[in-house]
Amino acid sequence: MSSLSRDDVAHLAGLARIELSDAELDRMVGELGVILESVAKVQQAPTEGVAPMSHPMPLTNVTRPDVVRPSLGAEAVLAGAPEAEQQRFSVPRILDED
Amino acid sequence: MTDLPTDLTRATAADLADALASKTISSVEVTQAHLDRIAAVDGQVHSYLHVDTEGALAQAQAVDERRHSGESLGALAGVPIAVKDVMTTRGVPTTCGSRILEGWIPPYDATVVTKLREAGLPILGKTNMDEFAMGSSTEHSAYGPSHNPWDLDRIPGGSGGGSSSVLASFQAPLATGTDTGGSIRQPAAVTATVGTKPTYGGVSRYGLVALASSLDQAGPCGRTVLDTALLHAVMGGHDPMDSTSIDAPVPPVVEAARAADVRGMRIGVVKELGGEGYQPGVRARFDESVALLEELGAEVVEVSCPNFEYALAAYYLILPSEASSNLAKFDAMRYGLRVLPEGVDAPSAEQVMAATRDAGFGAEVKRRIILGTYALSSGYYDAYYGSAQKVRALIAQDFDAAYSTVDVLVSPTAPTTAFKLGDKLEDPMAMYLNDIATIPANLAGVPGMSIPSGLADEDGLPAGIQILAPAMKDERLYSVGAALEKALVDRWGGPILDRAPSLGGAAAAKGA
Repeated sequence: MSSLSRDDVAHLAGLARIELSDAELDRMVGELGVILESVAKVQQAPTEGVAPMSHPMPLTNVTRPDVVRPSLGAEAVLAGAPEAEQQRFSVPRILDED
Repeated sequence: MTDLPTDLTRATAADLADALASKTISSVEVTQAHLDRIAAVDGQVHSYLHVDTEGALAQAQAVDERRHSGESLGALAGVPIAVKDVMTTRGVPTTCGSRILEGWIPPYDATVVTKLREAGLPILGKTNMDEFAMGSSTEHSAYGPSHNPWDLDRIPGGSGGGSSSVLASFQAPLATGTDTGGSIRQPAAVTATVGTKPTYGGVSRYGLVALASSLDQAGPCGRTVLDTALLHAVMGGHDPMDSTSIDAPVPPVVEAARAADVRGMRIGVVKELGGEGYQPGVRARFDESVALLEELGAEVVEVSCPNFEYALAAYYLILPSEASSNLAKFDAMRYGLRVLPEGVDAPSAEQVMAATRDAGFGAEVKRRIILGTYALSSGYYDAYYGSAQKVRALIAQDFDAAYSTVDVLVSPTAPTTAFKLGDKLEDPMAMYLNDIATIPANLAGVPGMSIPSGLADEDGLPAGIQILAPAMKDERLYSVGAALEKALVDRWGGPILDRAPSLGGAAAAKGA
């Protein structure tokens, strides 16, 4: 398994929507390399023929009666918003100008 | 009935509950005593991120009135509690130790908090934690670390170091915690307090800021096994708001803690947890505890769990993967911080989100999100996340095999006593190793508890013993924990926390 390059980490940070500074990127490359080397140990475990386990409990669908129940009002929901307008979350532009 | 100490903050929750029930004391008195203690010592310990003086006193007053009107109340009614800042509290700030949630006032209560309110436990405040519960020392809190009351230069464990240090410095008789890889048990071990991670699904996750949803479990923290059991019974139970919550009664934890009986139990010592890398003093106290359990009538055998050696690696793939997904909700749009990128005219939502997450998340959170993003990316998924999920299955199989021959398993809770603040901050892998003994239980979903096993000879600091039981058999933790606690306290001649520094509360208050 090849280790991560600086460009790889920059790409991953972009996917994760975190704007890293150059200094942060430099540090992260080294740290992630050490961590990845260590966690790669999972590949040495005797996992042949083992079914992956995603959850500690055997989950089945959990449903409830389809009835209306009380929920938070718009005012309460918007109270923590960075910006709100006309009972809506106000967000920066979501489209490019061109 | 037990006589209460003059200083109410030194009493157990069980004794406070008895005195409250018999109206010897009021909840307002008990709550005020703890608020005074907080004012005197929290400047040194920094356990609390927020103290809700008015709210706590109002709840205390209300429960006193309910009692005087003859209402029948729950066992812990009137006993104050500290709540970990990962749990939403309506009208009270909830930050999860992160800048990105600074000043956020949730519009709703977590189910656990609702249960505490209904049971009449005044909430003193919110306790410090590593940001989004990522850490073993509270040093990753955006608001500065908490300090270990045994030695203020040392870590109180993490992520629940606020809750553990609250208990060890007598700033609350009870506290809540959450445990994703050891965040209840490891802080308990390094502060000589008690903490339980219940069976996965035993306590509702509704209203908890999620770290890794398939691993996260809320649980009780106390200074004694019985106090912890009493809180477990209040916090636990089915919640329709959490589809992973177990639809069954809370196991009989209080009865087990009161009976404190291990006669005839088969106890397995996990061979893979406790050898190399474990501090001699931690091992010595553990071996003594095991010998005591044998004297108390348990049968002790060695058990091998060969796949535990891969647990840490699997955990640090599964956790970051789930965390990278869970923390995607911090997008600067609906709540929390919003930061505009510098030097960009009319920035896009995507640019604002990226700038906000850079400013609002600390280094450890960024590290784990990026690691998780990598582990889940196509091309690497099978090698990392896929393999980790298979290791998880192997670990669950190891537990199944062990529990076919023994009733409970034991190990040291953490490999070392509390280390100095700053010692492991620059070395993420060294920090991760603190959880080596606690992680397997989270991967398999089985319950675990840590209780104090004594002080290590080389540094005089607390060590803990971990007890693990099969899923849904949480009561066995309390049978073993309470029996061992009783034998150890007899041997010590009193509770171990009597030996912790008093922190000169009065003097500190005068100086402030």
